[in-house]
Amino acid sequence: MRSAQQFSAFSRLIHWAMAAMIIAMLFIGVGMVTSPTGRYAELVSIHKPLGIAILALVVVRIVNRWANRPPPLPRSVPQLQRAAAHTSHLILYGLMIAMPLVGWGMLSAAGYPIVLYGPLSLPAILPQNPGLYAGLRTAHSALAYLLFATVVVHLGAALFHGLIRRDGVLESMASVAPRR
Amino acid sequence: MFDDDRLPPLNASAMVLRFGIIGAVLACSVGAFAYTGGWLSPDRLTPARIVAGFEQASGSHPGFRRNHAKGLCATGTFESRGAAAQISKAALFAPGRVPLVARVAFAGGMPFVQDTPAQVRSLALRFLPEGRQEWRTGMINIPVFPVTTVRDFYDQAQAMLPDPATGKPDPAKMQAFVASHPGFAAAGALIGRRQITSGFADTTYNAIHTFRFVAADGAVTPVRWSAVPLDPVVPADATGSGADPNALFDALIARAASRPVQWRLMLTLGQPDDTIDPSKPWAPDRRQVEAGLVTLDRVVAEDGGPCTDVTYDPLVLPDGIESSGDEILAARSSTYARSLRLRDGEQGQKARSAVTPREVVGRGRQ
Repeated sequence: MRSAQQFSAFSRLIHWAMAAMIIAMLFIGVGMVTSPTGRYAELVSIHKPLGIAILALVVVRIVNRWANRPPPLPRSVPQLQRAAAHTSHLILYGLMIAMPLVGWGMLSAAGYPIVLYGPLSLPAILPQNPGLYAGLRTAHSALAYLLFATVVVHLGAALFHGLIRRDGVLESMASVAPRR
Repeated sequence: MFDDDRLPPLNASAMVLRFGIIGAVLACSVGAFAYTGGWLSPDRLTPARIVAGFEQASGSHPGFRRNHAKGLCATGTFESRGAAAQISKAALFAPGRVPLVARVAFAGGMPFVQDTPAQVRSLALRFLPEGRQEWRTGMINIPVFPVTTVRDFYDQAQAMLPDPATGKPDPAKMQAFVASHPGFAAAGALIGRRQITSGFADTTYNAIHTFRFVAADGAVTPVRWSAVPLDPVVPADATGSGADPNALFDALIARAASRPVQWRLMLTLGQPDDTIDPSKPWAPDRRQVEAGLVTLDRVVAEDGGPCTDVTYDPLVLPDGIESSGDEILAARSSTYARSLRLRDGEQGQKARSAVTPREVVGRGRQ
């Protein structure tokens, strides 16, 4: 029995659900700002409510992380890798919070309405300000690239644990153990 | 048990294979992202490229809109008659008054172009119902759009760019474009036959694109709309605009100073299979409904004015109006956002707009 310690079922559920949402957001985001064709309006109308859903879920997730502590890394993991794991998780959590807020703030600063669905809109969270919009819009892209890069590193590290180290870390989150 | 049960080390070939798998997964992820973002498709018409095309045609004017660059703000009200509430559940169509922030402008990217009657004029409206979803629309005084797709729009603009050798557009390029785009000549003929009026106030402005109006019961009606002036239409003076470089704007300022400028907002109700191609008109027998009256009672200079820091993005729509899927609409929305991002980042470098606050206060005298 190698993966005695697992993330709780709820932790795994929220991890994989948010993984799917965040990856979808990254691809929708980078696609919609570079492809002004028929699908554009549809993609924008998905991007906004999905971002707000991620913001709501990350709050639930942080509360859950505090209530259901993650299993510790195996003692065999070297110090440098522990530090890298810790830092990358901080970046992931930070960006899960920052990306939706920067997006919401940037639309506010540009004076765009923040329509979620049908008649449902959110209020502006920042005053209308051209300089602020330009800065936040640039930040939204830059942080998106950082988030994508961190997700790729996270995926690589998970596979490294699962295929090379075979130390049970991947299995602690993946509900289906990879084939060996 | 979690800590002490590492499996025996992998042999060299298993190690290579497994690192290979990890590398392939990561490379595919990065590749898919790069493909989606257009890095692998240098031909893709991104909003950035379309906006760069405007800069090629019009030069660099930091801080100004990349299109409809020369303009003036105005404020007023929309008074809904309630007639459009039958076909759209949008709150602003219920009987009553809604504040408006408008912008009148010339199409094109040159903020200091000399006013002439032949230039394409635009009227953009932002409806701001208290506590309800806003609506933005841009309308122009041509009956149809010259092209159907974003690609054609870009290619046409490129064909008209001055040849670096002669400093003039190469007629062969434009001829080739016209020859390969049969719809262009038909649309051009309609645009060429439009009545050119004396000023901004007696012009009809058309939204050109098709939208879907959604009623409270879910019924969908394809709609195009126009703003039809109450001012009597006076044909433009063929002799030109004289010495005043802002002749049309100054005339509007003087006109608005005497009494409000008004248009009827006319909705044309389409049939389910009517085209959404903006370069093609609908049959002339389509029913029209007067949604209400647009009244602009105050003209405001653009610098510091209420219309300056927003885009008239035609996809800012209230619940009850939807895009038809016309791709030029998507292109407008995304390129306006690109233009806003650029000009908002250039605030400190912007020159004063052509029509100055002093000109507005002085009722059109410079």
